[in-house]
Amino acid sequence: MTGRPGGRPLVPAYLSTGGVARPSRPQLERLSVLTGTGTSPPTGLPAAQLALLDALDDGSLTVVEAAALLRLPVSAVRVLAGELVDRELVLARAPIPPAGRFDPDLLERVADGLRALKHN
Amino acid sequence: MAFAPSSTTSPRPGTTRGIHLPDTARDLVKILVAGPFGVGKTTLIDSVSEIRPLHTEEPLSEASAQVDDLAGVRDKSTTTVAVDFGRISLPGGVVLYLFGTPGQERFRALWDDIAYGALGALVLVDSRRIDASFDVLGLVEESGLPYAVAFNAFPDAPRHHTEEQLRAALDLEVGTPMVTCDARDAGSSVDALLALVQHLIDRNASEDSR
Ligand SMILES: Nc1nc2c(ncn2[C@@H]2O[C@H](COP(=O)(O)OP(=O)(O)OP(=O)(O)O)[C@@H](O)[C@H]2O)c(=O)[nH]1
Ligand SMILES: [Mg+2]
Repeated sequence: MTGRPGGRPLVPAYLSTGGVARPSRPQLERLSVLTGTGTSPPTGLPAAQLALLDALDDGSLTVVEAAALLRLPVSAVRVLAGELVDRELVLARAPIPPAGRFDPDLLERVADGLRALKHN
Repeated sequence: MAFAPSSTTSPRPGTTRGIHLPDTARDLVKILVAGPFGVGKTTLIDSVSEIRPLHTEEPLSEASAQVDDLAGVRDKSTTTVAVDFGRISLPGGVVLYLFGTPGQERFRALWDDIAYGALGALVLVDSRRIDASFDVLGLVEESGLPYAVAFNAFPDAPRHHTEEQLRAALDLEVGTPMVTCDARDAGSSVDALLALVQHLIDRNASEDSR
């Protein structure tokens, strides 16, 4: 990632969304997964959107992880990510695939995984 | 960083490396680690997380931010609270996130946003000051999140309480798991999380059989 001299925020939170108060699609969750599509960004992309895109260069991040890295509130990253999704520069997916939302095995898999940690 | 294979996941300060999701990540779930100030939330998250715990600065009131927008004036001194979180990649493509969630009533809007979609909450209680946890228990119960209680074992904690006395003092719902833990110890913290997850499994089973 570039920027963040002295650990200060890249963009003041109140400027970073360019005044857009509402995401252009259903609200992203804290754990929605953001992945860059690899399309090169158009010139003139706002700096805050570029910064988010840049953070996704090395792989996928959740909304909350991107917010922590960019030092922006989660609400600002929701907006930025929504704009990048609209531009087809970023793909967003829900934390759990729709079919898995009520998967009774999910909790068992969490428990098994935690038990496995203890035996490492 | 108790368990992670450090070669692949240890973060390098100042870069984003080590924080990106493993390609195997499929189901991302979260558990709230809730409790009053200083009870050990960050300590617990740190002891089990594979990434150095991160945090976001969250404005305390979404409502006031929207009013500010409408008025065309931004309050640039909005109060924020730091919410930290950690992550554990489990075998089988599950990634478990732990969110340290402050439990004061005035954090309710933030609480609701973080709680959305969560599996449940591990409520940390300091047995030297049980009443500090009343607010957070109220928030958990109102939000309908299933939860377990973990008494964080501080060295000078009183030992004369019986389990029944503690349950009564906290006014716990019948069947709520209660464990003691040392948040500094990864194994102990995982045990507390397991007590919660087992409770969630048992609840589902008893709902199904009704
Ligand atoms: N002896 C003992 N000390 C602990 C334990 N858990 C936390 N502590 C200590 O208690 C202090 C507070 O712990 P934190 O993890 O910062 O508490 P917190 O809940 O994140 O606090 P806030 O973020 O301020 O709300 C630290 O000095 C910890 O080292 C524990 O299980 N046993
Ligand atoms: Mg803390």
